[in-house]
Amino acid sequence: MMLALEMFRSRPRHVAGKLAGDRLPGMLSGFAAPLRLMTIAEPKVARPGWARLRTRLSGICGSDLGALSGSTSLYFSAVVSLPFVPGHEVVADLLDDCGDLPAGTRVVVDPVLTCAARGVDPCDGCSTGATNRCDRITVGHLAPGLQTGFCADTGGGWGQVLVAHRSQLHAVPEGYSDEQAVLTEPMACAVHTALAARVGPNDRVLVSGAGSVGLLVTLALRALTTVGEITVVAKHSHQRDLAREFGATEVVTPREALRRVRRSTGALQLSPELAPPYLLGGVDVAIDAVGSRSSLETALHATRAGGRVVLSGMPARADLSAAWFRELEIVGSYASAQREPAADDRSAFAVATDLVAGDPVAQLAKSVVGYPLHRWREALDHAHSAGRLGTVKVAFDPRSTR
Amino acid sequence: MSRPGFVLEVDDRTPPLVVHEGQGFRLEEFPLGTRVIYPPESVPSVPDVEEAIREALVNPVDSEPLPSLLKPGMRLTIAFDDLSLPLPTMRAPDIRQRIIEQVLTMAADAGVDDVELIAANALHRRMTAAELKHIVGERVFRSFHPQGLLYNFDAEDRDNLAHLGTTDRGEDVEISKRAAESDLLVYVNVNLVAMDGGHKSVGIGLASYNSLRHHHNPQTMVRSHSFMDHTKSHLHHSAWRMGRLIKDHVKVFQIETTLDNRVFPSPYDFLMKREWEWSVRDQASMLAVRRGLSVAPKRLRHKMFHDIRAPYGLTGINAGEVEAVHERTIEAVHRQQLVEVQGQSDVLVMGVPYLGPYNVNSTMNPILATCMGLGYYFNSYRGQPVVRRGGAVILYHPLNEGFDQLRHPSYVDFYEEVLAESTDPAVVGAKYEQQFANDPWYIHLYRTSHAYHGVHPFYMWYWAAHAMDHVDDVIWVGADRKVASRLGFRAASTLGDALEMAADTVGASPSITYLHNPPHLIADVKV
Repeated sequence: MMLALEMFRSRPRHVAGKLAGDRLPGMLSGFAAPLRLMTIAEPKVARPGWARLRTRLSGICGSDLGALSGSTSLYFSAVVSLPFVPGHEVVADLLDDCGDLPAGTRVVVDPVLTCAARGVDPCDGCSTGATNRCDRITVGHLAPGLQTGFCADTGGGWGQVLVAHRSQLHAVPEGYSDEQAVLTEPMACAVHTALAARVGPNDRVLVSGAGSVGLLVTLALRALTTVGEITVVAKHSHQRDLAREFGATEVVTPREALRRVRRSTGALQLSPELAPPYLLGGVDVAIDAVGSRSSLETALHATRAGGRVVLSGMPARADLSAAWFRELEIVGSYASAQREPAADDRSAFAVATDLVAGDPVAQLAKSVVGYPLHRWREALDHAHSAGRLGTVKVAFDPRSTR
Repeated sequence: MSRPGFVLEVDDRTPPLVVHEGQGFRLEEFPLGTRVIYPPESVPSVPDVEEAIREALVNPVDSEPLPSLLKPGMRLTIAFDDLSLPLPTMRAPDIRQRIIEQVLTMAADAGVDDVELIAANALHRRMTAAELKHIVGERVFRSFHPQGLLYNFDAEDRDNLAHLGTTDRGEDVEISKRAAESDLLVYVNVNLVAMDGGHKSVGIGLASYNSLRHHHNPQTMVRSHSFMDHTKSHLHHSAWRMGRLIKDHVKVFQIETTLDNRVFPSPYDFLMKREWEWSVRDQASMLAVRRGLSVAPKRLRHKMFHDIRAPYGLTGINAGEVEAVHERTIEAVHRQQLVEVQGQSDVLVMGVPYLGPYNVNSTMNPILATCMGLGYYFNSYRGQPVVRRGGAVILYHPLNEGFDQLRHPSYVDFYEEVLAESTDPAVVGAKYEQQFANDPWYIHLYRTSHAYHGVHPFYMWYWAAHAMDHVDDVIWVGADRKVASRLGFRAASTLGDALEMAADTVGASPSITYLHNPPHLIADVKV
């Protein structure tokens, strides 16, 4: 048996969260949260290549908060299996030998539950290494679930024990702190986003959002591409400082974003009736690293005709007129791939592991805040207000009892 | 006989004195010994304005009479100062209307058909039709505006600019093509303060950025001591060089007017009087206005002030050759505004009112307030600044009016982006001026909307360059602290606090001078 946070099916709580979760995030950690702390059986997958892991740290991601608040689109309801233990940003110790990895190895988990993990023949995506595009995420030996942390069979990082397939595991090099390691998964997503953005030499890029996604994407853009100016939209003062350290050329507030892009690109600004202003002209590439309506619209409205908008955050509903009128290329960026053609076919995790070793992330890792499972309400409150409270990443530490 | 300006020394009997602060004023008790410079009372105005205009046109200075310069078939252009003059806007009929009507009558008598009227707004915003109509009057407006013969100058209309050459210092002279190619260019000026007029009229009012950049820059403006004395102003020296080049290409018939000091109509006229001479009626007006302002919502307060139309009287009009006319004009301005002051002080106190040249029918944003205080008022001297080098300036303005997106779009970016990086005029000019001057969106708004040119906030900041260079401390009383800090200054709640804060710079018992304007004055500082 183990202690775990479990997300369960509750229509009243789901509706309450959907109605008020955005405005009253406290409700999510109160009566409206479809989450409970339980003592449940440890997950088991009696198949070759699978092993048990004991969680050291597991991050709280925006998509986790979205699922809890009901703000995530119901589109995803078909690719999860309730009840499940959330947590897909995981650093853990192997409890069993797993292929070439002996028990006791500290690992991070690529959460995507691919064909290899499900024991089915590789789909088109998996056979080319684009494992994040796997078409078989609802079939095979596991219950439906796009990732570890959304699947009823695997458990997740918000529990003391989870299971993972060898194809998901990456050993953590010596010298990395747990806090650094737990940032490897979001860093891998950022690597994938930066490469998916297909940034040209000296292209101007707008990164809308300076939470962990925005900051890590900024770092990846600077490290992996020939990007020119990067403008980062940051709400809070500590985010502004961090964005500069992570490679931003300039940092602006959400209110200033459009005006500053207009100024730096020499674009024209239009003000339609009863709608937010937009630019004719703008950046070459914009990356929405928040997933809110306003952030996505900022990205759409600040991108030049024929430019590219990358959806890094899980997208909200937004006015797509600009995408049509300005012939924007909308590119989704989901999780990370085991083979990234733009990174010499290395896996995004391998690239991310290198980047996490650098000073900016090492410094950032020192600000990761860990909570024991029983203080989950506090942890979710903190994660919801992370920007305001000067935190970039909040995580669960199931080993801790304090 | 009107009384000249004078310097009061505050003593036990001195009542609290009016200090303007944006859309309001306060009654301030100054420390004993503070010098207060009061402007002269209004000098007598011209009794028959129409006759004075006619007399100036037919008996000009160093020029043939206007009627003899007008010939059938000629190209006549009449340019005139825009709404930045006078301040507040003059009660109708505007003096420019009365002059233009007489010029047009003479032109019609001479059979001149090809006439165009151009508002010399340089990089200022385009005036609305109503604003143009107020200046030229209903008749002229109806006769010329619908045909497109009365319009705002467009300094970005490349097809309609003429490059006349460069001065011996290599300064480009590029002005309105229509004006440059006219057989006669008549310029109708309102000389509110000593820096107006002369070669500044055509050489700046009808010029493009290509020309203006040679004198509207930190290097020139920091060395102009002061703008109110064209013989000591590097800005004016440059304008004079350009004007002399323009004279070689086009015949300019300059008409300059001077006004008295009647800036406030009733019930605001108590603001022009010396406080200890307020009658019961003045005191009642003051109380009523203060009470009204204190309860009025922001928009109404704005309307109360911006609807003020000044009952200015004409004190003189001269026409003819530019420099000869301007010398006479300056004499008249000095008669009205000059006040002799003995020596400099450690601290200069000034109240920044609701209005400056660039916020007519708009808001006094923090950059304009700075320009008004540290640019225009600080420079209201002849000889030496009123405050000593290394002294302190204390200004009154809340700095809370925000930005007018329609008229000052580039100001917002200047404030948010440029001043966030540096407040040094030379630094911001070197890095950002070109970007703002050539920004296509600002140019588009300048040409098609009612926006000041993209480079305009830089010019406002440069106006303050001399003051920023001269004094060591600038403190705003009653100002928003965050805004003052963004401007590179400090804010205090009261005069006492401001003096306390300035003690590090000027000591605990500084000598203080308060410039009691408006109405306008020029401190003739004798050291």
